[in-house]
Amino acid sequence: MIEINNLSFGYSRKSLLFRNLNLQLQEGHIYGLLGKNGAGKSTLLKNMVGLVAPTAGSCQVNGLDSYKRLPSMLADLYFIPEEIYMPSLTARQFVASTAPFYPLFDEEAFYRYLSEFEVPAHAVFSKLSFGQQKKAIIAFGLATNTSVLIMDEPTNGLDIPSKVQFRRIIASALTEHRCIIISTHQVRDLDSLIDTLVVVHDREIVLNESLDAISERLTFTTIPESEVENALYAEDGLRGKQAILPNLMGNYSKVDMELLFNAITSGNTSVTEILKRPHYEQSL
Amino acid sequence: MEFKENEPIYLQIAAHVCDQILLGKWAAEDKIPSVRDLAVSFQVNPNTVMRTYEQLQNQEVIYNKRGIGFFVAPDAVKKVKAQRKERFLQQDLPAFFRNIFLLEIDLDEIQQRYEAFKTENYESEIEQKP
Repeated sequence: MIEINNLSFGYSRKSLLFRNLNLQLQEGHIYGLLGKNGAGKSTLLKNMVGLVAPTAGSCQVNGLDSYKRLPSMLADLYFIPEEIYMPSLTARQFVASTAPFYPLFDEEAFYRYLSEFEVPAHAVFSKLSFGQQKKAIIAFGLATNTSVLIMDEPTNGLDIPSKVQFRRIIASALTEHRCIIISTHQVRDLDSLIDTLVVVHDREIVLNESLDAISERLTFTTIPESEVENALYAEDGLRGKQAILPNLMGNYSKVDMELLFNAITSGNTSVTEILKRPHYEQSL
Repeated sequence: MEFKENEPIYLQIAAHVCDQILLGKWAAEDKIPSVRDLAVSFQVNPNTVMRTYEQLQNQEVIYNKRGIGFFVAPDAVKKVKAQRKERFLQQDLPAFFRNIFLLEIDLDEIQQRYEAFKTENYESEIEQKP
């Protein structure tokens, strides 16, 4: 679906942000893209959607180089950036001007999503509050039915009920032909929706793994101070140390995405090494 | 529904589906909610619910009519009860045995208390049983 091969990119040739990046994203999944501020999440997304051109290597969407911005590629991809600009148009006018670019656009679904989000369809988009504008464009993006949907911080600016509606709507919009990529700092907002985690750190993709595979190999738990040396990573929590341990007994624990992210971005490599190890070694 | 952190979500959803069947809310041959509808109501990834349904299908609690949806199997209640009994005997009973052994509780006392518990809590059901 999205294929990045040996991609290098920098806003200036002297300082590259990415070097030899490789990443494959498949249909039927919701990817959570995590990275610290300035790690290059948004730049990676811009490469995917063709807003910038790679310095070397390639980035393809459905087999087409994204920076060539061919109409057939653009018709099957929708990108919602973090900062949005909405025109002075009503929903109906926006559909008339923009929907024809998306052959699979479902107008009925668009109005249904708008009403689920409680965004008035008759209002002029630019007059709405930031959160309402964001929900309007999310509703539109989902209704385009493109096979690739990329959202940069979609839950920023959404109030509490809207986040519940967002989760419901995304759950209803994922099909096996769709690849949804969500970049976020608010992992808890999307906890049970994301099935695969992608972490960008130090100009590299340090993790691209399903949550099922992560929970098979790692245990997330709270341990007393005295057992910290057994942990791969530990940090102060409310009751003792929150820790990541190797999952030796095959017991299930819910993946604590924030803890995992902190472990990876603290420069701790033992966690990612366990995740990268081939499966047959795990069972030995 | 609030999910517990010590059990995979797909299994918690499976337990919810089995509860509906045992409670008779979803009867044999009833069509159950689609993967998408259940994912929406739990606000979870549809792949998670798909995994739940695949497991329940393997356990013959539900079955799939291609292109129509998932249905409660004719003997689903029997299947669910058998599985839960198996899990109880394997997981909960050894812990219970360990406790009554360590605390030196007599089986007669357990029997008495069990009879009292039944009349206290399930009197009406017991009378109905043939």
